[in-house]
Amino acid sequence: MGTTFRIRRFDPESAAPAPYVQEYVIDTEPSDTILDGLIKIRDTVDESLTLRCSCRGAICGSCGMRINGHAALACKTRVTASTASRNVVRVEPMNNMPVLKDLVTDMTGFWEKIRDVQPWLRPTGVEPEGEYPASPESMNRLAGVMGCIMCGACVSDCAALEVDARFVGPAALAKAYRFVADPRDGASASRLLALNEPGGMWDCTRCMECLEVCPKGVGAMDRIMTLRANGIDQGVPSTCGSRHAEVFADLIEQKGRLDEPMLAVRTFGLGHVGSLLSFLPMTLRALVRRKLPMTGPFHRPIPGMAQIRRLFQRSKETR
Amino acid sequence: MTYAFFPGCVSKGGCPELYQSVMQVYPHLGIDLEEMTTAACTGAGVLQEKDRRLGDLLNAHTLALAERRGLPIMTICSTCQGVMSQANHRLKTNPDYLAEINRTLEEEGLTYHGTTTVKHFVWILLEDVGEDTIRHSVKRPLTGLRAAPFYGCYLQRPSEALGFDERPSRAESLETVMTLLGADVVDFPGKSRCCGFPLLTINTSNSMQMVANHTTDAKAHGADVMVTPCPLCHLNLDGLQSTAAGRTNRDIHLPIFHLPQLLGLAMGMDPKSLGLDRNLVSTGTVLKKLHAA
Repeated sequence: MGTTFRIRRFDPESAAPAPYVQEYVIDTEPSDTILDGLIKIRDTVDESLTLRCSCRGAICGSCGMRINGHAALACKTRVTASTASRNVVRVEPMNNMPVLKDLVTDMTGFWEKIRDVQPWLRPTGVEPEGEYPASPESMNRLAGVMGCIMCGACVSDCAALEVDARFVGPAALAKAYRFVADPRDGASASRLLALNEPGGMWDCTRCMECLEVCPKGVGAMDRIMTLRANGIDQGVPSTCGSRHAEVFADLIEQKGRLDEPMLAVRTFGLGHVGSLLSFLPMTLRALVRRKLPMTGPFHRPIPGMAQIRRLFQRSKETR
Repeated sequence: MTYAFFPGCVSKGGCPELYQSVMQVYPHLGIDLEEMTTAACTGAGVLQEKDRRLGDLLNAHTLALAERRGLPIMTICSTCQGVMSQANHRLKTNPDYLAEINRTLEEEGLTYHGTTTVKHFVWILLEDVGEDTIRHSVKRPLTGLRAAPFYGCYLQRPSEALGFDERPSRAESLETVMTLLGADVVDFPGKSRCCGFPLLTINTSNSMQMVANHTTDAKAHGADVMVTPCPLCHLNLDGLQSTAAGRTNRDIHLPIFHLPQLLGLAMGMDPKSLGLDRNLVSTGTVLKKLHAA
């Protein structure tokens, strides 16, 4: 079967370095992966094509790249699953990190952010004579997140990182969760305090790209949400992020549906009046267009509210 | 086909023109709606940051209410759809969890058996109403209108909970409907990305950057209009477009339509009846192009 690979290339040593797209048409077998195809191109058509790979079995995490616009491991993605009817596949380097050459990216920033969350156990108390014990149940809960192979796919497709390189990102946050949730670690409070800072756990935009592209089912965004819940439970200093979640829950408990203006006012609070006022022009335009939502006493609870409140109460009793 | 209609908070709040336009178009599609007035907010993924189990309990309550009526649920919001789909997926695939949630629901005389289906309006158009009915309903084809889709994260991910494995066509449902209405689809990379709304009150700068990037990108690809099935995306992309333009020193001006507004326009309806005069970015350029003003 003839398959067209449209590959985004970049040669920093060319006279005028700039990304460009090059097409290759090669014969592929139904069992071939994208990595098989790329290696075939490199071995038989163009030896200058540069890519990073090692195990070819979705273990080492080296061959992360974007395939038809989404990050994936080239060795875990079949050509037949990527080309639909047109037998064309688009291959690009990972996003949100500098490109060194062709499909090879510089992951220095990725590793720095992983290191910033201190990915090692920080136990407290008297050091045991042997190992630090942990129950099988507690470690089983961590099995998913420990499956991370550091391929960078989640970082590549992260929407928050795309607009703000200071965000610590999904891979580092998933790694932080792995230690916050480890029963042997004694530093979860200080870890959560660090993650509560700007650029930390509240800067995730919940776009779920990381859930979708992770080749190992680490579920980074779900881990970030658990970090947020842990932060609220452990009383980290309130931020616009934590107040947003707390006020949201409170409003639903009171009225069953969202009072949007009240959510904004209480989330920003007195400490961020300037931010609140920045929405004044939009509010006035909405008023003119007869679409400013009711708020406060004018925003009525839904019918049957007593039942919703009882569900909230029973949920609190169950926790 | 009759649906238990879950309008969501925003179509009853910040985007009343969405509710208004759905009410205009649905009687012409051979479907009936029974509005769920006693169902709570889905939690929008925000309440779940604090307590996912509570979010699942509230959604199980909604699912059980629809199940008792024997009706599938229709949503008109990507976020409502996604959050409810995820909750439904967890409940249906984990019998122990469902039983645990039901122990609380049963105290209210309700049980959820895991049989309710939840469908967004755009899926209902293609899967239940059908392409022929849509085609026949078009009185003013959107010929020459270059329309960019913008899904909203929750209508794209996670694909497993949204049933994309069984129904892969859902991933491109918006483009399919727009094509049926006669529009030229403008494909652009941002169509399935985040609009930035979840960050609006947390990191306003990043949120506005996302709005500016996606609207500018769609325009650069030649779009006359952007169309979204998510009112939260609409709040950001339409309501805060001028704020985003100001913060990023850009001149954007891209009209943003709710999907039922586009459908109603193609059905030949009066723009005002669809609430197009309530969108904050003027829709005049689109109406002029279609000679609908």
